[in-house]
Amino acid sequence: MLLAPDHITEEGEFIINMGPQHPATHGVLHLKIWLDGETIKKIEPQLGYIHRSIEKMCESLSYRQFIYVTSRMDYLSAHMNNQACALAVEKGLQIEATPRAQAIRVLLGELTRLSSHLLWWASTGLDLGGITPFFYAFRERETINTILEETCGTRLTQNFIVPGGVMYDIHPDFQKKVKDLIKQFRANYHEYDEILTGNVIFQNRLKGVGYISKEDAISYGCTGPTARASGISCDIRKLAPYDGYDKLKFDEVILSGGDCWARYQVRMAEIIQSLNILEQLIDNIPEGDFLAKTKNVVKLNKGDIYQRVETARGELGVYIVSDGAATPYRCKFRSPNFSNLSAIPHIAKGAKIGDLMAIMATVDLVIPDIDR
Amino acid sequence: MFLKNYIGDIFSSIKSLLTGMKLTGYYFTHLKEIVTEEYPDNRGTLKMAERFRGEVIMPHNENNEHRCTGCQACELACPNASIKIVTKQETQPDGKKKKRIDTFVYRLDMCTFCNLCVNACPSEAIVMGQKFEHSVYDKKQLKKILNFPNSKLMEGVEE
Repeated sequence: MLLAPDHITEEGEFIINMGPQHPATHGVLHLKIWLDGETIKKIEPQLGYIHRSIEKMCESLSYRQFIYVTSRMDYLSAHMNNQACALAVEKGLQIEATPRAQAIRVLLGELTRLSSHLLWWASTGLDLGGITPFFYAFRERETINTILEETCGTRLTQNFIVPGGVMYDIHPDFQKKVKDLIKQFRANYHEYDEILTGNVIFQNRLKGVGYISKEDAISYGCTGPTARASGISCDIRKLAPYDGYDKLKFDEVILSGGDCWARYQVRMAEIIQSLNILEQLIDNIPEGDFLAKTKNVVKLNKGDIYQRVETARGELGVYIVSDGAATPYRCKFRSPNFSNLSAIPHIAKGAKIGDLMAIMATVDLVIPDIDR
Repeated sequence: MFLKNYIGDIFSSIKSLLTGMKLTGYYFTHLKEIVTEEYPDNRGTLKMAERFRGEVIMPHNENNEHRCTGCQACELACPNASIKIVTKQETQPDGKKKKRIDTFVYRLDMCTFCNLCVNACPSEAIVMGQKFEHSVYDKKQLKKILNFPNSKLMEGVEE
């Protein structure tokens, strides 16, 4: 029997439902929690509240159109989702984006990663009882969103990447504004340490809570900062470089703590690494075209393609089966959040109900990416 | 030993709290350094980014002429069918009959602002507008007809 009976079996046990409308789940996730007093005995995630059948929708959309839907999966790393799809289509067409387009993609991707980690930092503080950090993180996030708005036209779900390159060239002010952002970020970074990281109460809520071992993280398929905090090297930007990540110098942040505090520190260090990448690339954007020539109607050869990228939350895999037509025969997304969610029942087993907030916050789930 | 650790913990917690309070106190006393941003109520002076995707619009010139030839490239490019073009046969001054648009229906309620229609348009007839407040009392008002009444195709676009 795969699932345990969903009723109370022992005396003193009781069930509470967290969600689907719970502010700490950051979306419509429903967790059914078996409790013994305050201790969590079992968690059963119940999915499907925001299922939009994106994979099925892709089967009726052309290879140019299906990219925009993926912005709605992990909306905080919308840009990287689009990049994964565009790379998969380019792989099928056996073309490569122009060097300028690759640099623009990396720059925008790292900006998105920064804004995603900032939102995570803000909401972690919010989940654990501090409202003020939210405003400080949103000051920098607002600057990033303004840059993205100027170049892409939208702030959150940028459909900016097309097969072969990017939609438009960067805005003339882009380089200056990114440099200002890096300066502003580096000048303000100490505030993040002062207000949240250095806070002893906050540290005590994270240290030693929600431990997951390296073996368990591998077997549950965790990726991204969640897995890197358990000592797994899984950064796709290093393992299978795409769009010129191999030419850039940055560190893959790996810690061995495995608890919430390690996951927190990995993300804080990744913010600095993203800034380093931006700094290296912002003055060295190659000249040339921003869009490679492709046919009007994109058709892929018969066969299948798999492409993976590193989003802000882990490894996103795009699997396309093509039968030679203008639309995919089958499209499958391996989303990082779904695998990370599957580890939560294991991480939270035996923890106190209050610690579940810290675990949920540091695993950093985006619910639309789980359901798709 | 336990008591010493206990009291030490209390002091270090208070110290870390005060460090955070110092930061918030700094922004409390320096009123010029504002962290938050207000909703853009300054409609008169507000300038959105030039590429901002607010809605799809069809620019007309002063003679009530647009550039849409009715080729339906945008209708095909749209992923969620928010554009529908109805065409008609129109008799030209030289007696020939030509295809012209009757109505360009744009459904704002279905649009996701992906910019694919603007990219697909060969004659630059549609562009993204700057308006960002679309709330109305009746959802029927979100179904818009983009070409103005009695508007005509600009000369020289079709060639």
